[in-house]
Amino acid sequence: MAEAPIIAIDKVSKIYGNANARTVALQDVSLTIQKGELVSLVGPSGCGKSTLLRLVADLDTPSQGAITINGHAPEQARKQREYGFVFQAPTLYDWRTVERNARLPLEVMGRPADTWQARLDKMLAMVGLRDFHHHYPWQLSGGMQQRASIARALSFDPAILLMDEPFGALDEFTRERMNMELLDIWETTHKTIIFVTHSIAEAVFLSSRIVVMTPRPGRIAATVAVDLPYPRNFETRESPRFFELVTQVRETLKEEFVGHA
Amino acid sequence: MSALAANEMAAPRRSFWDRPWVAPLFVFVAVLAVWELIVLLLRPPTFLLPPPTLIWQSLSSQFGALMSYGFNTFQEAVGGFLIGCGLGLLAAMVVARSRWLADLLLPFAIASNSVPIVAMAPIAIVWFGIGPWSKVAIVAVMCFFPTMVSTVRGLTSAAPDAVALMHSYAASDWQIFTKLRVPSALPFVFNALKICTSVSMIGAIVAEFFGGAVNYLGIYIKTQAGILKTPDAWAAIVVACLYGLAFYFAIVLLERWLMPWHRHRDQR
Amino acid sequence: MAESVLSTTDPRAAGSGTPRWLWLLIGYLVTFGIIAVIWEGSKAIFAIPDYKLPHLAQIVEAFFRPTPKGPTWLILLQDALYTAFEAFVGFTLGSITGFLIAALFQRYAPVRRGFLPYVIASQTVPIIAVAPMIVVGMGSLGAPPWLSKSIIAAYLTFFPVVINVLRGLESVDRDALLLMRSYAATDNQIFRLLRLPASVPYLFTALKISATASIIGAIIGELPVGSTRGIGVQIVVGSQYNTFNPGFLWATILTAALLGMIAYAVVALVERRIVRWKRPEREV
Repeated sequence: MAEAPIIAIDKVSKIYGNANARTVALQDVSLTIQKGELVSLVGPSGCGKSTLLRLVADLDTPSQGAITINGHAPEQARKQREYGFVFQAPTLYDWRTVERNARLPLEVMGRPADTWQARLDKMLAMVGLRDFHHHYPWQLSGGMQQRASIARALSFDPAILLMDEPFGALDEFTRERMNMELLDIWETTHKTIIFVTHSIAEAVFLSSRIVVMTPRPGRIAATVAVDLPYPRNFETRESPRFFELVTQVRETLKEEFVGHA
Repeated sequence: MSALAANEMAAPRRSFWDRPWVAPLFVFVAVLAVWELIVLLLRPPTFLLPPPTLIWQSLSSQFGALMSYGFNTFQEAVGGFLIGCGLGLLAAMVVARSRWLADLLLPFAIASNSVPIVAMAPIAIVWFGIGPWSKVAIVAVMCFFPTMVSTVRGLTSAAPDAVALMHSYAASDWQIFTKLRVPSALPFVFNALKICTSVSMIGAIVAEFFGGAVNYLGIYIKTQAGILKTPDAWAAIVVACLYGLAFYFAIVLLERWLMPWHRHRDQR
Repeated sequence: MAESVLSTTDPRAAGSGTPRWLWLLIGYLVTFGIIAVIWEGSKAIFAIPDYKLPHLAQIVEAFFRPTPKGPTWLILLQDALYTAFEAFVGFTLGSITGFLIAALFQRYAPVRRGFLPYVIASQTVPIIAVAPMIVVGMGSLGAPPWLSKSIIAAYLTFFPVVINVLRGLESVDRDALLLMRSYAATDNQIFRLLRLPASVPYLFTALKISATASIIGAIIGELPVGSTRGIGVQIVVGSQYNTFNPGFLWATILTAALLGMIAYAVVALVERRIVRWKRPEREV
């Protein structure tokens, strides 16, 4: 499809520090993302994947290069609330119940109360927290807290989801379950998702396209198209094609696993 | 059973003694009994160590008067508390907005912790007269700094990601302040307020030691001690403790009301 | 790392070129200058009389005014040292006793259950009110005059030490305890090798509070009539003669303030040398 990409990253660099001590977090990164894609950024620590995500979210500014979202600058996209951000830590507010946490963005954006409730109930049910509206974060497990933060990101129905290692702190079993739930949500809502992870298996399982990044300096090493059919499930992870794709990504990152000579 | 096992491994034995109020009550009664006994046996001069019974007598016969002296002192404490903590909160809100200002002023505030502020009572008396206002002033100064320091810490305690979350919603500075910084500051603020309740009672009484009218607890205690009427002084101290505890629990109640989500130690 | 304040949690805040310490130094000098200007300015604008707010010069002059026994600053120094002595005796007494009681509480749970509530309550009630009685009582027993002040100082030192040391002794990680058990360590060994070192940061938190508290206690002990030496006495004298010698009262209070700060600084320095490995968690 010759549609304009929903997100265009053009020769973006991000450099920290001054003349004496520089860290090149990102060097000359270019990437386009089409509407409705689920794209993973995968790589070891220091490869700049989280930095890139935050640049897209206008939570930081690039040193060089430009990013456009829906045709305009990230700052505008942020001000117009065109994306929802999910952090690695659930970042729920201790003093709010699950429901009040989920409606935080709606409160900030000044959306009227009568439009809230139905949507909130739907989002919380979608992430499996239907019976936990009035619980406080400390009463929930890690997985449930993360689900609440996803419900929060969905509550104002943004077209784009930016997720920064959201399942990184969970155990493997919970993580796989959450992966499948995320795919369910994606297939139902058709949102564009950029998903940052350091788990290759997770990236292969979720995405339609994997962007492999390497550090020192942070850059894109390769892009891998994932041709596994949707909907994906438990058996997908045991298929030969899955294994081939994981191996392909691993080979690209071999030096990161094995170390430099 | 070794202390290690008792503390860490054993399931709690729900005996009578394990209930939280039993042992302290027992100790209270035992201490009073032993005290009375010691006085009976050793017969020290009354002004040196009065028996509990004499103290009780003094307390009950002058209860009204003592409570009213206590109330006067209590008013000084509360007045200073409100002014000092109020100003401390406001100052903290200003200081927390500017890193440069915080770096500049916070060391002074922390240094003030090591200064015997109460020693400035004579200056307060010179400025505000020997009446209650000099005591209010001292208490206010004593409450101001801990409140300001704690509140600044609280207002800046929000995790960077929590702030980034707000930025991702394009929240205004005011929204970030009310929806994030204030709620995360509340535990710190109440920590300081609880400390300030005892600081204010202590400050009021000690400031009165420097001079004041007789119908205030501090002066009363000092005078009675001076003329060796120790049972009366002790009775006044009991009253001072009652007001101190009441003040503290009032703030605890306020805390529970304003922070219903706060996990208290026993609930974790 | 220093706590970040509002404006700098936004990662877009740029760093500046001038070193921070220089800005701070300038800031302090400017602050002192502003204080001096406000001081003298208020005096001029509101016509504040000297006995309420002496000229800064008068305070300085009071320090150097000669007396029959020597220059004023020397007298104040001697009294400050006397108070410091009273405070130090009390501080040592109170810390040692406090530590032992905390160890007792940790070791024997029933004792803890019975007495700890009173220790905690003592933090909230103005026990300091007993100070006059201690002074009078000890005086009548013929004790040396500094002893009652030391006892008051010990008193004020005791409670923070007990509470903090107990918290430190109990702060030990559950897994660390199990590890010791796996070595079949005795309770005494656990105490000595695990709990004791863990309690040291907490002890110093309390000692810093107690340093100032013991100075305050000593000063309070010098207030009742009959005391002759110490900075507290000089403060009382200063307030009595304030109309004649307005700078003197402020000089005495300044000395007391310096005394408190020095006491705190000494403990903080000792702490920095001894506790290099850990900062205690800030309790919320």
